[in-house]
Order: sequence, then structure tokens, then C-alpha cells
Amino acid sequence: MYKIISKKILNPYVTMMDIEAPLVAKKAQAGQFIILRVDKDGERIPLTVAGFNREKGTVKIIFQIVGATTLLLSKKEEGEYIEDFAGPLGVATKTDNLKKVCIVGGGVGCAIALPIAQKLKEQGCSVTSIIGFRNKDLIILEDDFKACSQQLYIMTDDGSYGEKGNVCMPLSKMLDSGEVFDEVITIGPLIMMKFVVETVRPTGIPCTVSMNPIMIDGTGMCGGCRLSLIEDGKREVKFACVDGPDFDGYKIDFDEAMSRASMYKDFEKHAYEDSCNLFKKEAD
Amino acid sequence: MKPNMSSIKNPMPSQEPLVRAKNFSEVALGYDEETAVDEALRCLNCKNMPCVQGCPVNIYIPDFIQKIKEGDFEGAYEIISQSSSLPAVCGRVCPQEKQCEAKCVRGIKGESVGIGRLERFVADWHNAHSNTLPSVPASNGHMVAVIGSGPSGLTCAGYLARMGYKVTVFEALHTAGGVLVYGIPEFRLPKAIVQKEIDNLISMGVKIETNIIIGKTLTIDELFDMGYEAVFIGSGAGLPSFMGIKGESLKGVYSANEFLTRSNLMKSYLEKPTTPIIKGGKVAVVGGGNVAMDAARTALRLGADKVYIVYRRSMDELPARKEEVEHAIEEGIEFNLLNNPVEIIGDDNGFVKAMKCIKMELGEPDERGRRSPVPIENSEFILDVDTVIISIGTSPNPLIKSTTQGLDVNKRGGIIVEENTGATSKEGVYAGGDAVTGAATVISAMGAGKTAAKAIDEYIKMNG
Repeated sequence: MYKIISKKILNPYVTMMDIEAPLVAKKAQAGQFIILRVDKDGERIPLTVAGFNREKGTVKIIFQIVGATTLLLSKKEEGEYIEDFAGPLGVATKTDNLKKVCIVGGGVGCAIALPIAQKLKEQGCSVTSIIGFRNKDLIILEDDFKACSQQLYIMTDDGSYGEKGNVCMPLSKMLDSGEVFDEVITIGPLIMMKFVVETVRPTGIPCTVSMNPIMIDGTGMCGGCRLSLIEDGKREVKFACVDGPDFDGYKIDFDEAMSRASMYKDFEKHAYEDSCNLFKKEAD
Repeated sequence: MKPNMSSIKNPMPSQEPLVRAKNFSEVALGYDEETAVDEALRCLNCKNMPCVQGCPVNIYIPDFIQKIKEGDFEGAYEIISQSSSLPAVCGRVCPQEKQCEAKCVRGIKGESVGIGRLERFVADWHNAHSNTLPSVPASNGHMVAVIGSGPSGLTCAGYLARMGYKVTVFEALHTAGGVLVYGIPEFRLPKAIVQKEIDNLISMGVKIETNIIIGKTLTIDELFDMGYEAVFIGSGAGLPSFMGIKGESLKGVYSANEFLTRSNLMKSYLEKPTTPIIKGGKVAVVGGGNVAMDAARTALRLGADKVYIVYRRSMDELPARKEEVEHAIEEGIEFNLLNNPVEIIGDDNGFVKAMKCIKMELGEPDERGRRSPVPIENSEFILDVDTVIISIGTSPNPLIKSTTQGLDVNKRGGIIVEENTGATSKEGVYAGGDAVTGAATVISAMGAGKTAAKAIDEYIKMNG
């Protein structure tokens, strides 16, 4: 059992928790993920590490309520326990020798982008961050990004805060004006990452994406997280859990990844509605 | 007592095929005492005991069968226990027809003695009648770490614990048992049996730490720093292989590992599961091993209208345990033999709708003596299916190798060991089971765990 040391609601859909897991905290690095189960017989879900405190032995997770499991997790309170918490899994984001990087985060993906931005800043790298949200109420981690970014662009779809538009707009403006980065790192919805990759592609600047496919074990056993990398027309299957979650964005078959991500959409919708009803009943 | 000269085994009482195809309860129900004694009387107690040579852990087979004849079932259990730590498991999942029973003299003219069925009977009798848990053996003060709680790890841990070692088993998943829990379905190996074996180990003082991925959460070098004097790697098979054909990433294509893990470990078979799985429709399972049979029969129980086994060789080459193939046929699974998939075809939404296959014929035997299948030109045809489960094997998991300096692996990624000891290229580190051999059987993994336990004992004594 793993104790919830602190809990903070970042917006109506996104919750932050620090979980007591000393062994995971000791090893965790930006870009890696953990697998958790909220309770016995619960689903195993992967969440990318949003931070860690090696002294206190805690790992930070930030998650959006998207289904039954994340809803259940969001109802847990400080001092309560979750059943399982295993990791750190996957390969850490490579930041060696990077001097100037553009980080592009979308929605709850910003939570994963933040520790990478922080790590880059710590090693003396110049960080430009572009973070995008649907509207003002959904903005998270603004101050944290400010603290580690040389330049910060905040985008909202409806213009209710920052600039109106999507994350590709300031990115393409910078790239068009001849701005050069050692690398662009992007984390967010698949469709957003796909467009970021297409925006960067003409410049040839390396573009890393963080993939978050459906997983079960997270240790390279089930193959459910497989995705295709295409290079020179040749297709290669990789497992996000052991080979990733970071990949060369130029090679990822995003259309396939988006299709696979929707495999259990109907199931998830029903499970989520059932859970909502259950919580509503309990509240009544 | 007069020997029973019947040329056939006492049949195994089983659930009716059409009933069991709709539930997850165990298929084979086991012998009762009377049947067990009758079957035991078929054993001629041969002096040279060929059956014992056929057993990977050399159980004293005629001796335990003798005890059954005498009605001393607990005595029979004690004899099996000397050589095997998981008899209730092995009696159910061993390919006896290729091992002990293959050597049985009675098999020359008729059927061999039902050794596997008798082993299972003895283990079940013991579990039902004995409520004494094994006690904690006197400690010898030495610590050993075991990686993985599957058959090789549990066996190794059991032998070491009996010798007085303080053993900790590290398991990556949230439940102990390895393939016995995530892979082999309930209808073939009830999970309560596995849990009982694990509880026995715990009562002997073995500690089981779940959610620890060695190679990630902790490394092997850190285990030595923590005071463990030797390490056994029983981390299992690893990454599932795919065929490399078009359409393998469509929705509805699973590896057998994923499909079985969802159903067994994550209990997707429940009416309201927390982990989803595609149920119903037409299902094709590609492959012919035990895992393929398990996946096919699981799909059937999850409500499939039709399940096909698609295998590129013929019935004679099918690697699965004979009883599983027979059960699968009885349950209505269709065997499309000498067929090989060439493409999986999707619908507009990216879900599987069909699989294109080609007919095969058997050519010349390969270096292992298996006749290799050759495609017959222009024989392609379309099989309408909604789900495809690929069960063509696995390749070793890279997690431990990539974080352990000095651990040599072969070109397929399997850990290299000395056969007689299980010793790896790294001092104090031993390995066994699928992590070494690639996908093999439960009993061979147990044999490797046993061998390594003995070698670890000698190693620690020599150094200590």
C-alpha cells in the first residue's frame, strides 16, 4: 500500500498527488512513468512521473479525470492509500548536451513536460516553453513553467488567457523567424504532437515526442503498447514501455497510434458513466 | 495386490465440453480415491524406473504410486515433495506424454500409467486434508534474492528456504505467481492452488515483495549492496513476438500474452471488469503451443461465436500438450492446420474484419527434425474474424540485461548459464526458466530453479 502524502486539485479535471514510494522516488527521472492500481482488482494505469522528492521519498503524479480509474483516484484523500505503485518504468528523457530547447506541452501533458523543463534549466540549458490549454480555467503549472523558462508562451483555444490559438502558432513563428533549437520536446494529446512534429519537420530540428499508449504490465510483457516507427518506408514495431515512452517524432505513425488509443472508447465511456453514477449515489 | 492390466488409463472426470466452454471453472475434475488406487495398480513398479528419467525433477514416481496403492496418500505426497515443490501445479500443466509417461512401459502396449493424474490427485488430497502449514526452518543467517515469482523463482525460493536461507522474492507485477497467474487460465490451473503454494512459501519465512521491477526499481548490484549474497534470475520470457505482416496494429489484434493477462491477471472475464477486453465475435489464434490453446479456449469462454486455431504445420507437429488439444477440439475450436496468415484486414474504423491466409504444405525436415511448412502458390483465402490473437512466442526481456554489467546473454537475448548449476557470467548470479531458454515449460523452469538452489547453497557455503 502506498500513502497519499498530499493532494491538490489543479483544475476541475486535473489533480496532483504526492505518493509515498521511496524506492521509486530514489530512481525516478524526468520522462519515466509509473504504473498504479487504485484498489484491489482495479485497473493498472500508466502515469508519467510529474516530479519526485528523493529525500522525502515521494513521487508526484498529475492526472486528468478521463475514465473510471482516474475518477476513483481523484476521490482518494490525503492520508489514504492506493493499492499498487510500481516503477520507475521506461527510459528517461535524454537531455545530455542540450543547450537550447523548446518544450511544447498541451493540457495535462504539461505536467510531464515540467520536470523535463526543470531538469534542462538545472543543467544550464535555455528553455522556451509553449503550453496550451482549452481555456483559462484549465491552465495548470503556470508559475512553475515561468520559473524554469527563458520565454513562456501560454495559449488558449478560446483566447480567455494568454494568446488565442494553438501551440503550433508561436512555434512556427519562431522557426520561421530563423530561431534555432537543439531540440523540440513535445508532450500532449496525440493530435497536438502530430501537428508539432509537422511544424518542426521542415527545419530538421530533432523533435522528441512522449507517447502514452494503452498498457497493462508496463514491463515489456504484453505488447499492448506497441507502436510503429516508419523510416524510409520501413515499418518497425517498438514497445513504448521498454523502448520509450520518448520517441523520434519524425518516425512515429501517429494515425495508427490515435486509432489504437481509441480501442476501448465505448468500454471506457460506460465504465466512466457507471462510476460517476456510483459516486453520485454515494453522495446522495 | 493384483496389478490392473487394463490397457487404458482411467479416464479423467471432466466438465461436459458444452458446459465448460461457457465457464471459467476447472475443466478436469480429478480422480477420487478409488479411481486413484485403481490407476496406481496399473503401475508395474519396474526396477529400472524409466519414468523417473523422463521427469525433469526426477520425482520417485514408482515409490509415490506404491503409496497410493497402499492408500497412504499423505505418504505419497511426502515422496513427491522431496523432488517437486509445486505438485498440484505440475500434475495439471506438465506435458506428461512427452516426459514421464513417454517412458512408461505400459505405454508400449496401450496407454501409459496416468502419472500426471495421480500426481494431481495426491497433491489435491494433501491440500484438502492437511491443514498444517510448513514451519519456518532454522535460519542459517544467509540472504538470497530471487527475481520473479513464476515457477522457477518459487521453486528456487522453496528449496533455499528449506535449507535455512532468508529468501526475498521480487515480483514486478502486483500479484505473485508469474505465468501461473497471468498466463495459465483458471480453467486449467485454479488460482487458489497457486496461492496455496505461495502461502506455503510465506509460512516458511520467504518474503515476497511485489511491484518491484529488478533492472528499474532496484538493480542486481544494489541487491548485493543490500546484503543478499546470491541472486537467482527467474524473470520469465518477455516481449511478445509479432509476425511482421500488414495489419498487426489494427484494433482487435492482441499478443497472447496481452489477451491472457487481461483475462487472467486483470480479471476481464468478469461481467463488470475494470480492465477491458474484446469479447465475442469470431476469433483467430495464430500458433499451436499451449499458450495458443489457452488463448483460444479463453476467447471461447469470453463468448466468442467461433474460434479458430491457425497453425502453419499439421496436427502431428502441434507443440501443445495433448490433453489441451483434445479439450480444445471437444469444446468446438476449429483447427485450421497448414494455414499461415499473410495479412490482417481492417474496417474503416481500424478494427479487424478479416485475415488473409495462405495454405501450406510440409517440406523437408529442418535441422531439429521438424518438417518446415512451405506456402502453396496462389492458395490465399480470406477468413472472416473480428479478433486476432498472436501466439508465436516471445523474446527475452531486456530490462535486467541492460542494467547489469557482466551478465552475458546469447544472440537471442537469453541469459547464458552453466547447465549443471545455472551460474551466469556474473559471480553470485544464477538464472533459470524462460529468461534462459526462451518460452518452455513450467516443469523445466522448476527444474532449473531447483538446480540453481543447490548451486547457490554450495556457492554461499564455499564463500561463507
